Amino acid sequence: MSFLSDVYAGLFYFAAFVLVAGLTNKVIQYARTPAPLKIPTTPAPTTKTGVALRLTREVVFFESLFRGSKWTWIFGWMFHFGLFLVTLRHLRYFLEPVPMPIQLIQPFGIYGGIAMVIGLAGLWGRRFLVDRVRYITALSDHLILALLITIGLSGLMMRFVVHTDIMRVKQFFQGLYVGQVYTLPADPLLLLHLLLVAVLMIIFPYSKLLHAPGLFFSPSRNQVDNPREQRHLAPWARRLEQD
Amino acid sequence: MAKADFEVPELQQYPEIPAVEPGVMAHSSPFKSKPQFQADLGFPGELVDDWQKKALDKMGDLLSRYRSLRVYLDSCVKCGSCTDKCHYYLGTHDPKNMPVGRQDLMRKVYRRHFTLAGRLFPKLVGAEDLTEEVLGDWYSYYHQCSQCRRCSVFCPYGIDTAEISMAAREIMDHIGVGQKYCNEIIGKVYKIGNNLGLPGPALADTLEGLEEDVFDDTGVEVKYPLDQEGAEILLVTPSADFFAEPHVDGLIGYGKVFHEAGVSWTLSSHASEAANFGMFIGSYENMRRVALRIREAAIKLGVKRIVFGECGHAWRVAYSFLNTLAGPWDFLDQRYPIPQHICEFTYGLIQEGKLNLDKSRNDDMVLTYHDSCNVARASRMGDRPGGQFDIPRAIIRATCNHFYDMDEETIRDRTFCCGGGGGLLTDDLMEVRVKGAQPRVEALNNVIQEKGVTHMAAICAICKSQFTKVLPYYGMDLDQIVSVHQLVSNALVLTGEETEDEDEAADEAA
Repeated sequence: MSFLSDVYAGLFYFAAFVLVAGLTNKVIQYARTPAPLKIPTTPAPTTKTGVALRLTREVVFFESLFRGSKWTWIFGWMFHFGLFLVTLRHLRYFLEPVPMPIQLIQPFGIYGGIAMVIGLAGLWGRRFLVDRVRYITALSDHLILALLITIGLSGLMMRFVVHTDIMRVKQFFQGLYVGQVYTLPADPLLLLHLLLVAVLMIIFPYSKLLHAPGLFFSPSRNQVDNPREQRHLAPWARRLEQD
Repeated sequence: MAKADFEVPELQQYPEIPAVEPGVMAHSSPFKSKPQFQADLGFPGELVDDWQKKALDKMGDLLSRYRSLRVYLDSCVKCGSCTDKCHYYLGTHDPKNMPVGRQDLMRKVYRRHFTLAGRLFPKLVGAEDLTEEVLGDWYSYYHQCSQCRRCSVFCPYGIDTAEISMAAREIMDHIGVGQKYCNEIIGKVYKIGNNLGLPGPALADTLEGLEEDVFDDTGVEVKYPLDQEGAEILLVTPSADFFAEPHVDGLIGYGKVFHEAGVSWTLSSHASEAANFGMFIGSYENMRRVALRIREAAIKLGVKRIVFGECGHAWRVAYSFLNTLAGPWDFLDQRYPIPQHICEFTYGLIQEGKLNLDKSRNDDMVLTYHDSCNVARASRMGDRPGGQFDIPRAIIRATCNHFYDMDEETIRDRTFCCGGGGGLLTDDLMEVRVKGAQPRVEALNNVIQEKGVTHMAAICAICKSQFTKVLPYYGMDLDQIVSVHQLVSNALVLTGEETEDEDEAADEAA
């Protein structure tokens, strides 16, 4: 088993590196690329505070999606909010001691896990049932849904059906912080769950999961509506004026 | 009813989301630009050798210069929220006219050449090379987008297909595949000063004719000045306003409003065009060159203020981009918005009670109002967000007794494009224009049936021309579309004007 634990340790070091480096790289790329023109979708806020509120509404409530498609909104929001609760619940495996809010959130994390799987199933269903969505769906869209739903189901199975030795799992991840590899429980469900989470971390910066940082850099959502009051000029456009 | 060699969509009482019919609009593409028109804009005359490489180089260049393009090509999760929002999809049923379908034409090339996943596993992520067939799709479907931004309202990440259409057209122009309509027109602006190629003397003649008409109608000498140095206001308006119906009635209205305000104003023969088709072809350089004419005219004429006439995308370029492209405007009077929309100007006068408006003069019409897409979703009027919806409506309500809005789902920031914007207002694209107008005409038809609406007012030259042309395909009259300032012109009682009412009152008194 120690060989397998070594493999998983290496996998998670690699996955964490790819996730952090890949996302940092992308965020730097987005931040460095100029937005030469003012293109907020109007009506748009006229102050920075207003823009912060607009983005908050998009991130927390999926405001635009709500206006666009109620079914997608219901399933999409269930999935994302469920995933958020699940992530909070999982922090207990990565923090020692476990902070009080994380202890309190534990039962909600389980509901979150269920909501997440139902949401994903709904989103997947649309890819078969709605002809327009079927048309735009690529193989990778199915695979990402399969990946997430398998992560969710394997997690729920470990909670409700086949338990694993969770203390040893925690020990394994605590060990990774200090470069020490403890043995993982040899439960197939756990190994599957962890493998897929590592895969998710690795594909994150190279797939449509980039929508997460993308939203914050979307000029139609993050720009202040003040072009008459303040001159907006990209560096490359400024050079045109010097010719 | 106008004759069509294609099927005109039927108008329904309740909007239907059509099932996808792949490829039904693949045959639609505009006439290609000729070498001479390309050269005027600094583009190669015909398809260059090695065009794939040059197109990809240009794409890489745009990706490094436009954050919108980079973020939008990365971020789409194919959620489907936009799929039933484009008027061209609703009218044609072609899935490549769904916003995401249109974006994917470029996204698949982006993935193949600019992302790791697409380089390693093209099939898996739907990545494709830029083949001749893909280029054909680009030319066809990026000219079935009016850059109206309706999709961007409903996208959870604000992905704006207009940005992608513009980039695609810019890339195609750089490999010698330009669109005749837009590129020929931009050349005319450079050479003559406006889209329609009206030279200065013809403009002067037209304006003189307008002065005579207004004098005959009202007995008041309203001036329509051209190239008058030292005037306070430079009016920049779409050249269609000089002679097309109902545009010219709007221009007559602007002149009357300026007259009543007691300000001096002038048009410019150098900048006798508000439209800026440089935006449609996604060319910052051309858009800037067109915009700079306005700066030159303002400096030469020594004006203090700039006011724009009724035009949708022109107002987008004016409101959102003019400060960027042709600013800073430190030589103008900073107490007024730079630039100002004619509706803002008129609304201000109404607020101050400076216009004597007789609403009953518009009693022969029951009005509705069409929010022009670029005004609605890419600009503002007044101090507050949403002023672009409220100010034109306030003007209409101040000038008419009978006004009803169309269905909420089809107005304000959810308004449907007229179907002719974004450089599609050309006869070689008539099928897509007629079909693309269907959602708007459907909503119009419903207020005609339910509220007895007779006319639809608009503040965009393209909308007015488009509806004049396409309404007859749906069994409506071409004169059912009117200018907002036409309503102002009708209702405005000029100082010193002899009105029929007063004549009658005088008769009765005697």
